[in-house]
Formats: sequence, structure tokens, C-alpha cells
Amino acid sequence: MATRAPERPAPPRRPGGKRRLTARHWRHTVDVKASPYAYVAPFFLLFCAFGLFPIGYTLWVSLHEWTLLDDEHTFVGLENFRVLLADSYFWNATFNTLSIGLLSMLPQLLLALWLAHLLNRPLRAQNFFRITLLLPNVTSVVAVVVIFSQIFGRDFGLINWVITSFGLDGIAWRDGTLSSHVAISTMIMWRWTGYNALILLAAMQAVPRELYEAATIDGASSFTQLRKVTVPMIRPTIAFVVITSTIGSMQIFAEPLLFGAYTLTGGQDRQYQTLSLFFYENYMRLDFGFSSAISWMIFVFILIIAGINYLLTNRMKGSIR
Amino acid sequence: MTGRRVNNRLTYLTLTAVAFFFTIPLYYSVVVASRDNASLASVPPPLFPGGNFFENVSRVFDTVPFGLAMLNSVLVAGSISISVMFFSTLAGFAFAKLRFRGRNILLLMTVGTMMVPTLAGIIPLYILMVKLEWVGSLYAVVVPALVNAFGVFFMTQFLSRALPTELLEAGRVDGCTTWGLVWHVVFPAARPAAAVLGMLTFMTAWNDYMWPLMVLTPENPTVQVALSTLAAGYVNDYVMGLAGTALGTLPLVIVFALLGKHIIGGIMQGAVKG
Repeated sequence: MATRAPERPAPPRRPGGKRRLTARHWRHTVDVKASPYAYVAPFFLLFCAFGLFPIGYTLWVSLHEWTLLDDEHTFVGLENFRVLLADSYFWNATFNTLSIGLLSMLPQLLLALWLAHLLNRPLRAQNFFRITLLLPNVTSVVAVVVIFSQIFGRDFGLINWVITSFGLDGIAWRDGTLSSHVAISTMIMWRWTGYNALILLAAMQAVPRELYEAATIDGASSFTQLRKVTVPMIRPTIAFVVITSTIGSMQIFAEPLLFGAYTLTGGQDRQYQTLSLFFYENYMRLDFGFSSAISWMIFVFILIIAGINYLLTNRMKGSIR
Repeated sequence: MTGRRVNNRLTYLTLTAVAFFFTIPLYYSVVVASRDNASLASVPPPLFPGGNFFENVSRVFDTVPFGLAMLNSVLVAGSISISVMFFSTLAGFAFAKLRFRGRNILLLMTVGTMMVPTLAGIIPLYILMVKLEWVGSLYAVVVPALVNAFGVFFMTQFLSRALPTELLEAGRVDGCTTWGLVWHVVFPAARPAAAVLGMLTFMTAWNDYMWPLMVLTPENPTVQVALSTLAAGYVNDYVMGLAGTALGTLPLVIVFALLGKHIIGGIMQGAVKG
């Protein structure tokens, strides 16, 4: 209604104003009705071209024997998936991915919660601490792995120097399954703990102060307050952090690749080859059908984990109320 | 009161210790980058920077096209972040303030796509780049990243809070077209959030690794691809590897340390609503 107001006085002034009015009116209607689509179109066009279409097409490619060199792509049905599910390297990579994911996520979440809890009070130098928390996240993954490969080095590494100075034997971090997983998890934790702590801190700051005041009057210690007030109040954010870190940990790639000095197998016994690296190994063989099957399986794993996550957080909500 | 003070002192102590562990790897990388390989073998290992930094850096430039890599990364990250800021502001404005059929479902789709892993569509994306003959060119890295769901969602959140509807109505009454509103009202109001989004996008694009590694060549790399060439081919040349790393990382770290307050504010604002 309001939009018509300026048009009303126009007709008497101009001869032939009625036609101009309808033209203007028409233009205005088109502007209001259609322009919103024009503004969201770039995102959706780009997403369809480089997001949605490729994902669907991945499924199509995975049903074929498809290499980049051949122009013929024979349809093989689910053969790629059958071979994949029978491939012990695939299950090895799945185990490594889950192991590294759990080793990095659990301590990371607890540490991030605790750090956010510490920062969630009036402190001097808040900004200084926040910035140092986020510095590792600004550092690129490649840089992180190069730096930590040096720190975890067998002969001249900083950590082995500390260990040997206590009279113990240095550890060949890359050689063992557990030790290599610990090393890679450390890199992930170093890069992401501060970031997650800040997200949790943001949620904590939205918790009403009165709850803490009441808890303090009841004599609850700081730790009890964290457990009984903070955590239940910010549960959606915790779920968000868990889901995003799960998706991230299913796609760990640069760490195992560069920790092993660019070997695609992730160690001589594949002891730290993750799913993404297993995918990349097959991609480098130009076996696109098979690697598409791998990337679909990774997608399915993520959906399953997100689903479990969703059920668990819903369940927790139900049992508390 | 004293109990609280002790408690506070403990908090500062813990946070300082954490800050120490969060910065020590960066510091140590500078130490290694400014030494020579022989000195790394000494016991105890070097704990302070030496004087070899520039020599190591010049070896980096002799081994990989590092200058070109820096230029490429600036071009890639710069054009991606300008485009993301622009298109995300437009879409965010439409989602936050305009009424149109299908708005809610489209917004839901946008949020949903944030959960989809890049890996799920990467093979066809590569095939597409082969067809377009973009393999080896920066287009392959820039074009798919010109706008993303996170940016749209971020700007939607910000504009629905920060852009007064009355201002838009006033503009309409004055006879502004929608584009006129975008130009005169939305862009000025969006500036603080768009700046944060731009910085975040720049960092992400600068640090992106897997996709550039797949579509670019060692002859025309981004910084991360060049660094991985160093890390792959010269495994035992720690000082050169870390000199390259320091060179490719420190500019961003320094810029972040200076502007960090605003970026952190942006991340935390986005998080509460999300």
C-alpha cells in the first residue's frame, strides 16, 4: 500500500500519465516480486553447478568403470561398491579415520569447554587470550603439518629431545599405529581447540547471569556450575561443535599426506592412511569410478554419524526434562 | 574474597600456560627457519632464532616458484573474498528483508548445504574442470568458490538484526527501487559484517589445500601447493621447509594479530545464532 502513495499525485500533472503509471506500476511489481530471486540466484546457480550437480554425478560415475584416459565408460552397476566393501585397505582407512577422529575430538571438546569456562568471566587481557587461542587456526594445515613433522621428528624432534632428556628412549612417531595417530591428533587439536573454545564461549555468554548468581548463593563451586548450569544451557552449541568437528575429522587429508612426506599410503603399513587419503590414492591412479565410490561412502558415513549425533542429543534433552 | 583472588590468579596462570603452548610451535618454526640443518642435530636443540633466515628464504625461491605462488594466492584469496562479500550481502539481504515465495525452503537448503562435505562432489568437479580446460589455471580454484552457503547464512543473520525495516520502508516511500535500496541502504549497513566475512574468507581461501593440489600444477601453484612441494621433495631440508612455511604463514598471522578483535567478534556472533 505504502508503495503506491507517491504514484497517486502523478497522473494529473502529465498528459498520458495513465499509461506511464501502468508502466511504472508494472515495473514496480516486477521489481518487488522478481528481484529477490535475482539476489539469491548467484548462490543457487553456483551451488547447482559446482555443488549439487557434482554430488549427483559422483553417484553416476561410481556405477561405471571410469578412468580419465578412456573415453568409454562401461556401466558396472554396484561392482565398485562391492570391491570397495571387500577391500581391507578401505576398512583399515576407516579404522584410522575413526581412531584419529576420536583421539582428537574427545580431549579437544573437554579442553575447549574448560578454556571457554575460564574465559567466561571478567578478565584482563581477554582479547590477548582470545587472539592467541585463534592463532593456530589462522596457520594453514600445510604449515601446521610441516611444523609438527619437525617437532615429532625421530632424531632431531623437539618432543623426543624432551623425552630423551628424562632418560627414556625416543619414539619413532611415524612407525607405530597408535603413536602416529597421537601425533596427527595433536596437530588437529592444536589447530582447532581454540576455535571451538571461542564458539562455546559465545554460547556461554548468552546464558543468563542470574543462573550463576543463584548457583553461587547455593554454594556451587565453579566446576559444579560448569557441569550443572553451563553445559545443559549450551547443549545445542555443543552438538553443533561435535557435528562440525565430526565432518571435519572424516575429511582429514593434509595431515597424514604430509606427515608421511607425501606418501599416498600413509606410512609403509598404511598405519595412518585416512579415508580421504585412500580416496586421493585412487584418484591419483585416475580410477575415477572407484574413487567416486569411496567419496560416496565417506558421505554416507557422515550422514550416519550426524544422524546418531542428532538422536543422541535429542535423547539427552528428553531424559533431562 | 581471598579465595576468589587465588582462583583468579590460577585462571591467569592456566590461560598463560595455554597461550604458551598455542604459540610455541609458531615460534619454534621461526627458530628452525633461521638456522642451518647441521645445528638442528645439536643437543639441546636450538631454542633461539639464528641468522640464516634470508639465506634459507632465497633457497626457497630457487627451488619453487614462490613469488608466483604468493601472487597467485593473493589473486585467488582476494577475488574470492570480494565476490563472496558482494553476493552474500545480496542474498543475505533478500533472505533477511524481502518477502518472496519459497524463501524459507531456499534458506533451509542454504543451511543444509553447509553440512555437505566438499569431497562428495570432487571427482565430477575435476571432470568438469578438464572439460572446461581450466586444469592448471586459477579459474579452477576461484570460480567454484565465488559464493558459499556460510557467507549467505552469515549475512542473513547479520542483516536481519542490524538493518532496520523502517529504513527500507522509508526508502520505498521515497521511490527507491530494490536495487536503489541495496545501493543506498543495505551496503552501508552491511559493511562491518561484510568486512569480517571478507577476512574469514580470505583466510580460508589462502589456506585451502586439497582442491588447489588437485587442479593446479607445481609450475603455477598457490602458496599451500608450493609449500607441499617443498615438504614432499626436500624432506630432510627442515630449515628450507620451515623458511617457506614462515614466509607463507606469518603475513596472515600478523594481520590477524592486528585485526583479530573484529574477526573473533564476527565468529562469535555467527556462532550464537547458528
